Amino acid sequence: MRARNGAFGCVLAASLAAGVIAGAADLHVLSAHAADTEVKIDNFAFLPQRLAVKAGTTVTWMNADDSPHTVVSESKLFKSKALDTDDRFSFTFTTPGVYAYFCSVHPRMTGTVVVEAATGSSMAQ
Amino acid sequence: MTSNNDSGLSRRKILECMTWAGTGVLWTVAGGVPRSMGIIAEAEAAQPSGLTFLQISDSHIGFDKPANPNAIGTLEEAINKIKNLPVKPAFIIHTGDVTHLSKPSEFDDADRIIAQTRLDVHYVPGEHDFLDDDQKLYREHYGRGTKGAGWYSFDANGVHFIGLVNVVDLKAGGLGKLGPEQLEWLEDDLKARAASTPIVVFAHIPLWTVYEQWGWGTEDSARALEYLKRFGSVTVLNGHIHQIMQKVEGNVTFHTARSTAFPQPAPGTAPSPGPMKVPEEKLRTVLGVTDVTFKRGQQRLAIIDETLQG
Repeated sequence: MRARNGAFGCVLAASLAAGVIAGAADLHVLSAHAADTEVKIDNFAFLPQRLAVKAGTTVTWMNADDSPHTVVSESKLFKSKALDTDDRFSFTFTTPGVYAYFCSVHPRMTGTVVVEAATGSSMAQ
Repeated sequence: MTSNNDSGLSRRKILECMTWAGTGVLWTVAGGVPRSMGIIAEAEAAQPSGLTFLQISDSHIGFDKPANPNAIGTLEEAINKIKNLPVKPAFIIHTGDVTHLSKPSEFDDADRIIAQTRLDVHYVPGEHDFLDDDQKLYREHYGRGTKGAGWYSFDANGVHFIGLVNVVDLKAGGLGKLGPEQLEWLEDDLKARAASTPIVVFAHIPLWTVYEQWGWGTEDSARALEYLKRFGSVTVLNGHIHQIMQKVEGNVTFHTARSTAFPQPAPGTAPSPGPMKVPEEKLRTVLGVTDVTFKRGQQRLAIIDETLQG
């Protein structure tokens, strides 16, 4: 697992991840759409607040607010720097599980990434 | 545009506030009770025998978004007003969010501008001052002699001042937080003080719940207020919400200051508490002068706004 900061690497990661998703066969959890791996930070909220992805997916958060936000895993698995307007942060989820995160600057902002097994649908809810 | 709701009570005997000079609140402690100076003319006439100090807040140096592309400029304007005050304050308190992104240049710019007042400045951090990786810049600039994440107390003219930190180690879904270590320190700090000692507490996030949905409150402030209960005069000064709010509970007066940088919406009036864009010609009006008057005997709050453009 790795975390990346910086718009360049993140955009690249996002497009790669989109390719992975689009190529997967079983997509009943989410639609095969690049936007599904991006979480938009807008109006002090993570959108979507709950995102379901396959293991191996890189999720990219993009801050569309005029306030800086952070993306911090409650289990301390990942932690972004402060993201100013239009800044991005990416993290690749390799292990199935439920990952709760929040903005450490505005802790009322919370979100969840649900990671399911990459192959087969047995792990799917 | 001013109004005056005096109705017989002596202005010297009641806690009332205040004049906002762009961002600054001029406070005077007379007869043991903090009061704000009224309009400038009143400040000249008051001849405070006690202590006068000033509060500025939320300068957000580094902010350059549409709500105010020049937060440096508006801080400079505020500082110029402070320099020209007819009654020179003894010192300034800054209730946090000195910077927008905790960048070295932002702290340096803020220091350079605020130093022009040639006044002592007592800071507490806002959440925007702890955004650097190891949260060290704020401490390097303002942390000397403080405890924990930056809390401390000091005395001036018989008034006990307590600067608290409620912006670190926040928990998912929660509000501002003081934490057990700081609360223990506070209890200890207050223990030896006579109940007649006037107390001024200042911290960034309001110590009462202004609007929980936007995180405008401090989840463990009740314990702090419990320790403060026995004191006859407690004034709590906060920032964070970029607008004036006041509440009085028993002997405790809570007050939030305006920002020098940009306004934020009133609770619940916008999708989020983010910076509020007002028309360019209106910005200094929003950052302008507001008198908020509380008359203890009447349990009534009067908020009087006055434009700076007049």
